[in-house]
Amino acid sequence: MSTPYAKLPAWVDYGLIPLINLAVAFLVAGLVVLAVGESPLRAAALLIEGAFGYGEGIGFTLYYATNFIFTGLAVAVAFHCGLFNIGGEGQAYVAGLGVALPCLWLDQFAPWYVIFPVAILGSAAVGAFWAMIPGWLQAKRGSHVVITTIMFNFIASSLMVYMLVDVLKPAGSMAPQTRTFAESGQLPRLDWLLASFGLDIGGAPFNLSFLLALVAAFVVWIVIWRTKLGYEIRTMGHSPTAASYAGIPQSRIIIITMMMSGALAGMMALNPIMGDQHRMQLDFVGGAGFVGIAVALMGRSHPVGIVPAAILFGMLYQGGAEISFEMPQISRDMITIIQGLVILFAGALENMFRPAITTFFATLSGGSGPAKPVPAAE
Amino acid sequence: MSDIAIELKGIDKKFGLVHANKNINLSVRKGTIHGIIGENGAGKSTLMSILYGFYQADNGDIFVDDRKTVIRDPNAAIAAGIGMVHQHFMLVENFTVLENIMLGAEESQVLNKGITRAREELRRLEDEYELEVDPDAIIEELPVGLQQRVEILKALYRGAEILILDEPTGVLTPAEADHLFRILEQLKAQGKTILLITHKLREIMAVTDEVSVMRRGEMVATRTTAQTSVEELAELMVGRRVLLQVDKGPASPGEVLLSVENLTVRDGRGVDMVKDVSFSVRAGEIVGIAGVAGNGQSELLQAVSGIRRAVKGKVLLQGEPIHVTGKVDAAELRHRGLAHVPEDRQHMGLVLKFDESENSILGYHDDPKYLSGMFLNIDAIRKDAAAKIEKYDIRPPNPRLKTANFSGGNQQKIVLAREMERDPAVLVIGQPTRGVDVGAIEFIHKRIIEMRDAGKAVLLVSVELDEIRSLADRVLVMFDGRIVGERSPDTGEGELGLLMAGVEDAKEAAE
Repeated sequence: MSTPYAKLPAWVDYGLIPLINLAVAFLVAGLVVLAVGESPLRAAALLIEGAFGYGEGIGFTLYYATNFIFTGLAVAVAFHCGLFNIGGEGQAYVAGLGVALPCLWLDQFAPWYVIFPVAILGSAAVGAFWAMIPGWLQAKRGSHVVITTIMFNFIASSLMVYMLVDVLKPAGSMAPQTRTFAESGQLPRLDWLLASFGLDIGGAPFNLSFLLALVAAFVVWIVIWRTKLGYEIRTMGHSPTAASYAGIPQSRIIIITMMMSGALAGMMALNPIMGDQHRMQLDFVGGAGFVGIAVALMGRSHPVGIVPAAILFGMLYQGGAEISFEMPQISRDMITIIQGLVILFAGALENMFRPAITTFFATLSGGSGPAKPVPAAE
Repeated sequence: MSDIAIELKGIDKKFGLVHANKNINLSVRKGTIHGIIGENGAGKSTLMSILYGFYQADNGDIFVDDRKTVIRDPNAAIAAGIGMVHQHFMLVENFTVLENIMLGAEESQVLNKGITRAREELRRLEDEYELEVDPDAIIEELPVGLQQRVEILKALYRGAEILILDEPTGVLTPAEADHLFRILEQLKAQGKTILLITHKLREIMAVTDEVSVMRRGEMVATRTTAQTSVEELAELMVGRRVLLQVDKGPASPGEVLLSVENLTVRDGRGVDMVKDVSFSVRAGEIVGIAGVAGNGQSELLQAVSGIRRAVKGKVLLQGEPIHVTGKVDAAELRHRGLAHVPEDRQHMGLVLKFDESENSILGYHDDPKYLSGMFLNIDAIRKDAAAKIEKYDIRPPNPRLKTANFSGGNQQKIVLAREMERDPAVLVIGQPTRGVDVGAIEFIHKRIIEMRDAGKAVLLVSVELDEIRSLADRVLVMFDGRIVGERSPDTGEGELGLLMAGVEDAKEAAE
């Protein structure tokens, strides 16, 4: 049935409520910092200074954000179809092959702008393939994607260890990683972009894949809200019975959506491999697939929400590293706690403050202009 | 002691901007049956939920037996002697009757003593009110009428003096409903007070002593039932005069457009829900399928409209076979001229989170006129939706409003506009006016007759016998998955009611 709460102005719904949730998350996080015996204000200052205070910090923040935009979009696309793709981590990991193999093969004779499109296609294709199997199992066999995608994370992990240790590791090397790519296997950094604001990104690996992430966000918006396929995906997500009533081929939509989701997660591999380390290392995904879930939740599965949410989490990663460096009392785990609180308040407890805010705005509009007529909910 | 059982003074309740109850005053005399009617969204359920402690009123007082009573939760309501029989039963399906009645009133951690006491008490209640039920029967094996009786016993077991019944006859056959009313009379005779919430005017007239009418959150009138009429009550509910009887000329049936032969449909549990059913619908006629909910009508509708696969049988649409036993495809049937208004508009016919214009293309979203290439043509879709909104008087007239924010009647109009405007050859409609307000019912019935007069074949399924009788040209009665008889719509309600209950020699039995 319809919710008993009346409609709020859009800026409250999409601006004020997330901000309040965020503020409460930081307030509680501040209490935790206090309990450890450090000053929450100083921690907050360090966090913001570390993430946005200087060019290199911003570069790192946006580098992390790039990862999270891709994985956040991946989770969001699946959400729109009512699927919970927890496998972004594994899909991105395996998709590393789609990036690294073209680089290893082509970097001797092709320029980066030839290799980049090949790597995009490669990462998307491998990621899509890795997500297609759980999608197919869900559509045809009814095996729940939550279970199968988790399983596929583990399979991906073992597979990649094998690939890196036994296949791709150069002879004589001790480290489980590929050789470093030649210069044409490396993405240009976006130092000029920040330089135009008078900032120097220093050693930060902020690179071209950030722009690709923004393009992907736009494409996701177009596909979900402006195409027939997106319409069918959303119908499935909101109401599978309505989808079968409308004659929408459910299995096909599930498989296609999972492949789109996997392709987006897969493209995340471009950023660390081609943009930063210039080789494929063990465990290069580093949890970004799971952060994507939080980003999608917080961004309400909408690209316009996902990009800022990804930047927020980029800030927590970068600023958090800075805090743990300056305040030895606060370990990396504390940063995970703060991230957890953000997820808790922004994602899980999203409706906590809504009734109070709605009542507040109802009283406001009750006094002044005419209130919008809203049909009663019984 | 006064003779007022419950008095509500100035009850006010808001949900955000929605003013569900506005300064409601109501007094219910002890030992009477008091009806409360109103359209969907008029605030009846909210008011009863306040009385039973599900919600707290923002303002106003409740007096039970002249004592001001604060009802914070259902336990407080039970303590004050108020019992409620919900529209959707709150029973544990795989417990016995006795276990259900004891649930929440077990008295101690060890059940033995409680069981003995409950059994005695139950026997006493059964004797006193003629409410016979086998205490050891499992709930899910009982017919709906008996399940409802268990709900009533549950309330009485907890010492209810005041009984609230929310739309109690929605799931009952006419005979079961009559039995229920006899029970209510019995309870009244024993001094209990009964609040009956319904949107069926006939029931109000038949059984209540007094009736209060709600409209848009306000209590607009209270009448003594004997001194009012169906017409007056309908007018009070809607706020304007309504036509209760449908004007309809004789049918002029043409060729057969839909024919169903030996159709058998199985549900998810593997039970045959439709058993060897055959019938046909011709151009320019309305064939009504009457029956109590759950006798296979839903499965029949779904099989015919390509949503559920049939086990065996044949369906011909405009003379061409539909592949009903194989991989059926609702989209293909639409292209072949079958439009379907589903029984469950909220889950099947509409996506409530979509805006109105998005729902106005559901199922027809592959029509090139709504697309440009693989992209949706948003302009064309909104324009098309706006035209339908105007033609079907859908309110508020905003194609971008979220569908959940439309009232039940307007939601149904969105579905009807979508399906009827495609100019189908066959129109299959399930429960066209379920949860729809009186004003919209009139409109919907007119549109259905217009479709018939335009030469469409209309298959109508409804659990409202009145609706079937006033719309259909032929009535098929379904019981336990079979069509147990065909009658003309002028057949007496008693005879149809018996058929619906599975008595095949209905004519003799009715006499």
